[in-house]
Amino acid sequence: MKNKGSLGILNFSISELKTLYKNGDLTTLDVISAYLSAIKENEPRINAFIEVFEEEVLKEAERLMKLKSLNLPLYGVPIAIKDNINVACHYTTASSRILEGYKSTYDAMVVKKIKEAGAIILGKTNLDEFAMGSSTENSAFKLTRNPYNEECVPGGSSGGSAAAVSAKEALISLGSDTGGSVRQPASFCGVYGIRPTYGLVSRYGLIAFASSLDQIGPIGRNLDDTFLLLSVISGKDTLDCTSLDIKNYDELPDEDMVGNFAIIREFENISIDKEIAHKYEEIKKILLKSFKLKEERFPHFNYALPTYHIIADSEASSNLSRFDGIRYGKREEASSLEEAIKLSRTAYFGKEVKRRILLGTFALSQGYIDKYYKKALQARNIIRNELSLILSESDFILAPTTPSLPFKFGERKDPLEMYYSDIFTIPSALADLPSVSIPVGLSKSGLPIGIQIIGGQLSEKKLYKVCKLVAEELNA
Amino acid sequence: MLKAVIGLELHIQLLTKSKMFCGCSTNYGDPPNSNICEICLGYPGTLPTVNKEALDMGIMLGLAVNCKINKLSNFYRKNYFYPDLPKGYQITQFDYPLSENGFLEVNDKKIRIRRIHLEEDAAKLFHKDRKVLIDFNRCGIPLVELVTEPDISSPEEAEEFLKKLKEIVDFLGISTGKMEEGALRCDVNISLMNENGGLGTKVEVKNLNSFKAVVKALEYEIVRQNELLSKNKAILAETMTFDEEKEITIPMRSKETLNDYRYFPEPDLLLLSITDEEIEKIRLNLPELPQSAHSRLIRDYELSEKDAKTLISSKDILNFFDKSAKIYNNYKEIANWISSEIFKNLNKSKKSIKETPLSPENFVKMLILIEKGEISGKIGKTVLEEMMLTGEEPEEIMEKRGLIQISDINALTSIVEEIIANNPKEVSIYRSGKKNIFGFFMGEAMKKTNGKANPNLLKEIMLKKLDENVNG
Repeated sequence: MKNKGSLGILNFSISELKTLYKNGDLTTLDVISAYLSAIKENEPRINAFIEVFEEEVLKEAERLMKLKSLNLPLYGVPIAIKDNINVACHYTTASSRILEGYKSTYDAMVVKKIKEAGAIILGKTNLDEFAMGSSTENSAFKLTRNPYNEECVPGGSSGGSAAAVSAKEALISLGSDTGGSVRQPASFCGVYGIRPTYGLVSRYGLIAFASSLDQIGPIGRNLDDTFLLLSVISGKDTLDCTSLDIKNYDELPDEDMVGNFAIIREFENISIDKEIAHKYEEIKKILLKSFKLKEERFPHFNYALPTYHIIADSEASSNLSRFDGIRYGKREEASSLEEAIKLSRTAYFGKEVKRRILLGTFALSQGYIDKYYKKALQARNIIRNELSLILSESDFILAPTTPSLPFKFGERKDPLEMYYSDIFTIPSALADLPSVSIPVGLSKSGLPIGIQIIGGQLSEKKLYKVCKLVAEELNA
Repeated sequence: MLKAVIGLELHIQLLTKSKMFCGCSTNYGDPPNSNICEICLGYPGTLPTVNKEALDMGIMLGLAVNCKINKLSNFYRKNYFYPDLPKGYQITQFDYPLSENGFLEVNDKKIRIRRIHLEEDAAKLFHKDRKVLIDFNRCGIPLVELVTEPDISSPEEAEEFLKKLKEIVDFLGISTGKMEEGALRCDVNISLMNENGGLGTKVEVKNLNSFKAVVKALEYEIVRQNELLSKNKAILAETMTFDEEKEITIPMRSKETLNDYRYFPEPDLLLLSITDEEIEKIRLNLPELPQSAHSRLIRDYELSEKDAKTLISSKDILNFFDKSAKIYNNYKEIANWISSEIFKNLNKSKKSIKETPLSPENFVKMLILIEKGEISGKIGKTVLEEMMLTGEEPEEIMEKRGLIQISDINALTSIVEEIIANNPKEVSIYRSGKKNIFGFFMGEAMKKTNGKANPNLLKEIMLKKLDENVNG
């Protein structure tokens, strides 16, 4: 290529890169060098990464350059990985001090898959400690800044992964979504984020927050790249029993549209930012060209948030029990075993993590489990049924991704206010449904707005089509 | 003394190739921390997958003790902090166990079995110079937990139940059942029944590691609880541990016993769903169980109750008997030799019959040599002991150790003559008509020949020589 200006390289999509690689206009080394210098330039402001694999990626780029296996789906694609996903021989911190010094001994299944697909892992990105949060402010290490406005949060918990892609420090990235942790930061950073159907992507190697809700999801600057990454990481994994019996992405059903788009009255009754509401109405108009909008009721929507927190925190209280400082991570020395465990967890878990462990422990305790945890399981079933009923007559559900624009650091001190950020992303998580956050434009203040489309179980291929339609209309 | 009401809770290690939720080996006795991986160490991000072999073994045990197999069951997490539990929870079963409502007959009494479920074992801790060392080899080994109803009424009955269960897991091939290796562990619950049939306060004794410990702990508790009641003192609902040296029970620290385990369904695993076909398939493939082997031995081989009971004490012993009985039809003789000499040698070497090189073929060859009178029973014992050490054929051993019988008439005659000459007093007693002293002469001759004299020939010559001089 004549003009190898790094900004040019950073703007290419995966398919564009592929053509350039094939024609010999670009090498993997050119691309990785461009991204490394973008990281060098932007990181002091953005802080998306916890660790950049600087030396290793150059070697990997050179290896791939010689290998020329151009048909690999992610050949020479620079990707960032959320730091709660294990990458062998590297530190995995989950942004927690309790894991300081812990080096992964194995690759998560998604990491294995993207490596086999030819991707180059640039490094590990910042997150809210153990993925608990909606602003990445709960990281024990650093604050990640929103590339659109450095006074604002990037969202969370996959704030680092969304900011890295948004700031062109990576072409695509992986996040994890328990109640909105991929979609909400994607929306805040003006990029695409997908939460797949629960079980489409293996969780093996993802540090568990809430096992029945966690899903790894892709983030990208354009729709095709994001779905391509999803297709690479999808598929049954015998190491994750909860992964669905779908061999790979190609095996997903490719159903015809019914032609209905569900609009939910309970969603519209929520008071949200005016500019988001405006965009939401605009998208409705776009959809009207191809769909019949069907107003639906979601009677138990109000229970989604508390239901989610009880289940997620209950599971978290158990999932995080393994962090006792005995086999890995940091340990406080003490005179007895019990004391060592107690002191280590007290010293090295952050405040929000402790709050959730306490809440979850409480919700599972004798005398309370029926009232809270078991009740929440019942509520989850009701919510599942209500959404599945809606989706039996409509192809998709439309919703804002977030009720508000990206907020400023320190603005959401009340945890309940922070939890409220996920009000629209939680229902599909509870119901195991796939949903995509699409960047639909900017507010007057220049902050990104995202709109969410929720599909039925395993309707990812259909979701891609409708997102494409919306994206094209928006660009037109 | 008030009557005891006893229930047992057993943990049985399954003989699967790999652990309950990962691919690590379950081999006993390997160097510490050699059978470990990310999964059984609870490393961040790892997930469990159910070992099908363990599930099948659980079903086998359920069927063997007349339980109903639940077509849907699931795993739970039992949460507590302890260094032997790397995930901070144990994956076990709770509300929907694999198997329920069975029974086992012990001395013609039905002991009901409440439930049988699957779970994972914890790591082993070693306390050394104020340090704690952890061996994770045991961590994740499949266990079945079996809980009885409180139907047992004496320490002896508890022991009998345990022995029967050990035989069953041995016959099923699902566990070694070795208490000394921790493959079978027992907790007991015991209370006393008052005159009106009401139950007293229940006491639990944990970690009993031998049949003897179970019996001694129960005996001690029965006496202790009766004494407390007779002094009008209350029995505390405690969890105790057993001091094997002093043979007494000691209360555990309440810290170790007061726990809210916060059981909830394991979200990393799916429901365990088992079809009728799968259950039937396992039922059809169940090996012979001790009870039916017992009846078969009495029916087909006309063995005594006692012999049958001895032979079913282990599956290997029964196999050895069956193979021997196929090629030699003096069943009683086979049973006698197994329960006396073979057991004696096995106890001495602390081995199982499988671990010795003795083959049923060589064993039977030896029995035939005795039958034919080619060796005496005494020599037979020597030969057997040698066979169990070396695996050699009986003839080989006889030759090597000079145990071949003396059947030379001249040699035997001269020995007989010498004995008669040296014992005139006994000879005259015999000749006066007290013929039951004949054994003395035989004994002397055997002593002289180190038991190698052909007994039939010797007897013939001895009788002839003793009687002929009277006439002559």
